[in-house]
Amino acid sequence: MYTLSSKLRLTAIIFMIVGAIGLIYGFIAAPETVEEVKEMMASHGEHGEEATDHAEKVNVEQLPGGNNAALHTDEENHTNSDSMNTEANQTATASDSTETETNHDASASEEDTTATATHAQGNMAHEDHEEGAAAVHGEDHDGGEAHGAEAEHGDEHYEHILQQLQNKPWAALYVAAFFFFMISLGVMAFYAVQYAAQAGWSPVLFRVMEAITAYLLPGGLIVFLLLVLSGLQLNHLFIWMDPDIVAHDEIIQNKTAFLNVPFFLIRAAIYLGGWCFFRYLMVKNSRKLDNADVDDLYYFKKNFKLAAGFLVFFIVTESMMSWDWIMSLDPHWFSTLFGWFVFASLFVSGITTIAIISIYLKSRGYLEFVNDSHIHDLAKFMFGMSIFWTYLWFSQFMLIWYSNIPEEVVYFIQRIEDYQLPFFGMLATNFLLPVLLLMNSDYKRVNWFVIMTGLILLFGHYINIYVLVMPATVGESWFIGIPEISALLFFTGLFVFIVFSALTKAPLLVSRNPFIEESKHYHY
Amino acid sequence: MASKVIHALYNDDDLLLQAVKQIREGRYHIGEIYTPFPVHGLDKAMGLATTRIAIASFMYGIVGLGVAVAMMNFIMIEDWPQDIGGKPSFSYIQNMPAFVPIMFELTVFFAAHLMVITFYMRSKLWPFKKAENPDLRTTDDMFLVEIDASHHDVNDLTNFLYDTGAAEINLIEK
Repeated sequence: MYTLSSKLRLTAIIFMIVGAIGLIYGFIAAPETVEEVKEMMASHGEHGEEATDHAEKVNVEQLPGGNNAALHTDEENHTNSDSMNTEANQTATASDSTETETNHDASASEEDTTATATHAQGNMAHEDHEEGAAAVHGEDHDGGEAHGAEAEHGDEHYEHILQQLQNKPWAALYVAAFFFFMISLGVMAFYAVQYAAQAGWSPVLFRVMEAITAYLLPGGLIVFLLLVLSGLQLNHLFIWMDPDIVAHDEIIQNKTAFLNVPFFLIRAAIYLGGWCFFRYLMVKNSRKLDNADVDDLYYFKKNFKLAAGFLVFFIVTESMMSWDWIMSLDPHWFSTLFGWFVFASLFVSGITTIAIISIYLKSRGYLEFVNDSHIHDLAKFMFGMSIFWTYLWFSQFMLIWYSNIPEEVVYFIQRIEDYQLPFFGMLATNFLLPVLLLMNSDYKRVNWFVIMTGLILLFGHYINIYVLVMPATVGESWFIGIPEISALLFFTGLFVFIVFSALTKAPLLVSRNPFIEESKHYHY
Repeated sequence: MASKVIHALYNDDDLLLQAVKQIREGRYHIGEIYTPFPVHGLDKAMGLATTRIAIASFMYGIVGLGVAVAMMNFIMIEDWPQDIGGKPSFSYIQNMPAFVPIMFELTVFFAAHLMVITFYMRSKLWPFKKAENPDLRTTDDMFLVEIDASHHDVNDLTNFLYDTGAAEINLIEK
C-alpha cells in the first residue's frame, strides 16, 4: 500500500493556496470599466496603435506580393490590388520575362481572384481589431452595418480590450482546468485501450492509471461548473452564449439549434456522466478482481467489455466535447479533424503523466515490479503520440493554409499574428524535442531523461490548449502572467492531491489479473 | 596448415542457448552459428556487439531531409520563383508548409532504402551470391555451432560438446 507522504500533501496544499490567492488577485486586478483600461494602457504605452498596425500587416502579408519591399507602403496596398498583382508577377518572372510573357496574362487574371479573396479577408481581420466583440470572430456577414458603426469606434476599441482583459482570469482558469481534466481523461482512454487490447505489459501500471483517473470526477465537475458560470453570463468566454451578439450574428443564429446553453450543458453532463460512470465501474471491477478466486475471470471479462464500450462512447463524446468546449469558442470557425487533434493532445499528456508518476513512485520504492522495460514502452508511446499530435496539427494547419479560404484562415492568421511564439514554439516542445530526445532506444530507459522530456511535453500541451482557447477569449491581450501561472499552480496542487490520495486506496499491484505475471516479468 | 573446425548440431533452440553459454564458459571460440529462425537472446549469449544500423538510418534520414530542402529551395525559390496560385515563393520558410509532405517522404525514403542497402552490403547479400550453408538442415530444423578446434584437443572438445547436448558432432578440415 502507498502512503501519502506529508511532504507531498503539504506541497500540494501550498500549491493550491498560492494558486487560489493568485487567481483571486487575477479576478480583482481585471479592469471593470473602460476608464481603467485606458489608464492601464496609458501606463503600458500606446497599445491601441500597435493593434491597428497589426491589422495593416495582415493586409500586406496576405497579398500575393506581400513581402516585396517595394510594395510595403500602405496606399498602394489599399488602393489597387490589381496593379500590385501584375507587379508581383513581374518581379517573380523578371529573370526571363520574354519566355513567360504568354503565361503572364493567364496567371495574372487567375491571381486577381485570389487577390480579391485575400484582400477581403485582410479587411476582415482589420475589422476584427477595430470593431469590438461583436465582430471579433471573423467573417463579417453584415459588413455594411459594421462599417456604419465605425464612425463612433473611439470607445469601442477600449470596450473590446476591456472585455478581453475581463476574460483573462476566466480563460486562465478554464485552460488550466481543462488541461488537467484532459490528462485524466487521456489516462482513462489509455487504461481502456490496455484492457481492450489485453496488453501483457501494462497491468503492473493499472493502479497508477486508476489513481490518475480519480481526478476525472472532481476535475470534470470543475470544468462543468465553469461552463455553467459561462452559461449564466458571468463571463464572455463563449460569445454565442451572449444573446446580444447572437441577435446581430446570422452565422451563430444558424447554429443555435446546437449551440444553445441548455443543450450545451445537457451534452456536457452526458459526456462527463458517461466517462465517470465507466471509470467508476471499471475501477470497482478491478478492485473486486483482486479478491476473486484464482481462476475466476468474471470481473476481468466484465472490464474487458466495459473497456470496449467505453472506447466507443469515448470517441464519439470526446469529439463532440472538443467541438463544444473548445471549438465553439470560435463559433464562426470549424474544422473536421479538430476532435482528433484534441484527442491526440489529451492522449499524449495522459501517457506522459503515467510515465512521470510511475517513475516517481518507483524512485520512492513503491513500484519495484515496474522495470525499465515498462518505462521504455511508455516512452515509446510518448514518442509515437507526439508525432501523431504533430501530424494532426500540421494536417489541420496545412490544409487551411494551402487553400487559404478566408472564412477558415482567419483562425490561423490571428494565431500567427498575435501568438507567434506559443503557436510555433509548440512545434519545438511537442515535436522536435520529444522526437530527438526519445528516438534513441537507450534514452527511453533512462528515467530522469523520460521525466525531463515528459515535463517539456506537458508544458507544450498546456501551451497547445492555451493557444486553442486564448485567441478567441482574450485575443491579442494575452500574457502568461499571474492568473495563468496561479491557475496552473492551483490545479497542479489539486491534481497531485487527488491522484496521490487515490493511490493510497488500493494496493499498487493488481492481483488475479490474468496478465499480471507476464507483466511483472515483462522484458523488452 | 589446414584448420580444423567442429560442427555441433542441436535440435532445439533452448538447448542451443544453453550450449552457447557453456561453450563460452569453457573458453572455446565460436566461429559461427547457423539457425533456421531468429533465436531470441542468441546475440546476447554469444556476446555480439549491438547493431549500429539505426544510427546509420538516422543519418541517412537527415541526408534525405537535406536533399529535399536543397532541391525545393533551388527549384521553387531560387531558380524560378513563379507565382503559382498565389503561393508565396519569396523565401523557403514562407512556402514551407507546401514542401513538408515531400520533405517527409524523402526523409523516409532515404532512411529506409539506404539502410536496407547498408544491411545488404554489411551482411554481403546480393543476387547470385553463393550460399554459405554448411549443412542444409540448418535452414529447416537444426541449429549448428561452428567451433574453432585448431588449438584444442579434438577428443576433449567432442566430449565437451556431447555433454552440452549436441545431437551430432562433425570434425571438418578446411
